[in-house]
Amino acid sequence: MTGALEVQDLKVVRGGALVLDIPALAIGPGSVLALIGPNGSGKTTLLKTLAGLQEFTNGRLRFQGQELDSRAAREAYRKRVTMVFQQPLLFDTTVARNLEAGLKLHGIPGPERDRRVLAEARRFGIEPLLGRQARKLSGGEAQRASLARAFVLAPEILFLDEPFAALDPPTREALMDDLGAALRQTRTTAVLATHDQIEALQLADRLAVLHQGRIVQSGTGPEVINQPVDEFVAGFVGMETVIPGRVTASGMGLCRVSAAGRELEAVGAPGVGAAVLVGVRPENVTLSAHPDSVTSARNRFPGTVTRIVPRGPYFKVELDCGFALAAFVTAHSLEALALAPGSEVVASFKATAVHLMTNRR
Amino acid sequence: MGLIWEGIKKAVELLWTLDPEVLGITLFSLKVSILATLASLAIGGGVGMILALTRFPGKRLLISLINTGMGLPPVVVGLFVTLMLWRNGPLGFLELLYTPTAIILAQTVIATPIIAGISLAAIQQLPPDLRLQILSLGASRWQMVRLLAGEARLPLLAAVMAGFGGVISEVGASIMVGGNIKGSTRVLTTATVMETGKGNFDTAIALSLILLVLTFTVNAVLTHIQQRDRPR
Repeated sequence: MTGALEVQDLKVVRGGALVLDIPALAIGPGSVLALIGPNGSGKTTLLKTLAGLQEFTNGRLRFQGQELDSRAAREAYRKRVTMVFQQPLLFDTTVARNLEAGLKLHGIPGPERDRRVLAEARRFGIEPLLGRQARKLSGGEAQRASLARAFVLAPEILFLDEPFAALDPPTREALMDDLGAALRQTRTTAVLATHDQIEALQLADRLAVLHQGRIVQSGTGPEVINQPVDEFVAGFVGMETVIPGRVTASGMGLCRVSAAGRELEAVGAPGVGAAVLVGVRPENVTLSAHPDSVTSARNRFPGTVTRIVPRGPYFKVELDCGFALAAFVTAHSLEALALAPGSEVVASFKATAVHLMTNRR
Repeated sequence: MGLIWEGIKKAVELLWTLDPEVLGITLFSLKVSILATLASLAIGGGVGMILALTRFPGKRLLISLINTGMGLPPVVVGLFVTLMLWRNGPLGFLELLYTPTAIILAQTVIATPIIAGISLAAIQQLPPDLRLQILSLGASRWQMVRLLAGEARLPLLAAVMAGFGGVISEVGASIMVGGNIKGSTRVLTTATVMETGKGNFDTAIALSLILLVLTFTVNAVLTHIQQRDRPR
């Protein structure tokens, strides 16, 4: 696959330890790739390496087909891309001077600088702040200025290292909307590092999940979220129920899995006897108070509520159904079902809501 | 108390009448200390910047040596520079001992670790990713260093003030390598020592006051520049 940026056998060794090992990665022109993973998974190291800001031990990095194999090549490459960090890292001067800093370094003449600064300040809603000292800005305003400073350069690739991590939720949401719009309008190729799957799903076309310096899964947002390849990815993307089981019957696109002494039905055709991991997302589990309530779900298990945890606008209800199962309910449902630790309920989920993963243990 | 009052009156008189000898010593003191500070800024600022931005074996040891050098006694520096410039010393062929250049050299040795140490701390206190942010905006390495220095300008000015304060007020090194020669290597501090030794306390007090006013004036100018840029 030919992309704006291509990576082959990239390795970064630090202090004798292999911290990054990427056999292959391609970022297509105009696409947005999100690198997701927990802290310490190698997202920032990969991002800085891709941005030409960090040396790599082994491998090849190609930008638009050209090898970045020398210091001169990487310096020239850095003039065509840019990066926004988690902290805004603005210079101790006015917002306007911050926005034109990169243009000055690129040797862009004054009138052209002014025009581009004004355009990006308008795009990110900071035109009234242009004369203000950068250190007097709020966190959200400063990150807007930082994004505008990057877009003003019209980069061929924009690298974003958790740019919303330090912002409060309303500010983050507004800025995400503006960044998404800016990326679409300018068709800028971007790579976003984040540990927040909502950010990744909203902004990116593709996701790559990193674990211990390796990409363990990549694909579209729905693919990664609904079809994680292993227990680590499942846990990271919020598939809270993962239980080991064995396939007992298979046919007609359906299979039966014996897990924790229960029989579950799932869509798929794995071989009989195969060791699998059964994954169920909590939003796909429905709770009812009566065992005889009508449902088309093939999987129904009576259980006892063990814990209820507030989770933003929802509540996560943890159940003991012979195996641990999690379900999301609204505050209204919690009240209607009179749920509390110790309550007896029936949990149901469709066969299509069950995701089977190979159990490598 | 009377002695101090006499000293103040004498200082005002010497300044008011623009006493040629005192004026000469004052301007000479200012000149050598400014030149030594500038040389130290070039060397110490550069060393501080390199230490802050690079990694190499022995870096911590070098930083420890610089930190030790920040408290280097001027008489030790004076002795070391004298030995280097002595007729039979390794740099004796330059015939610099008892010349203004020797004083500038000694004062540079005193101020360089001070400026290097404070510059290093000034750059290290900047956010670690700022360097990468500047590079990612398209800066060359030299442009990156210039922009980092701009961001650390307040503590860097403090480094200059500390360096200048260290050399304008030192006496040990100047007297050893300069010899306190009238009209050639006499600076305010060496002249004060000499006048005190001769029992001319009024003149010594006058010279001390001039030194204080001079130090205050230079630092006031630098402080003004520093605080003008301080974020409020």
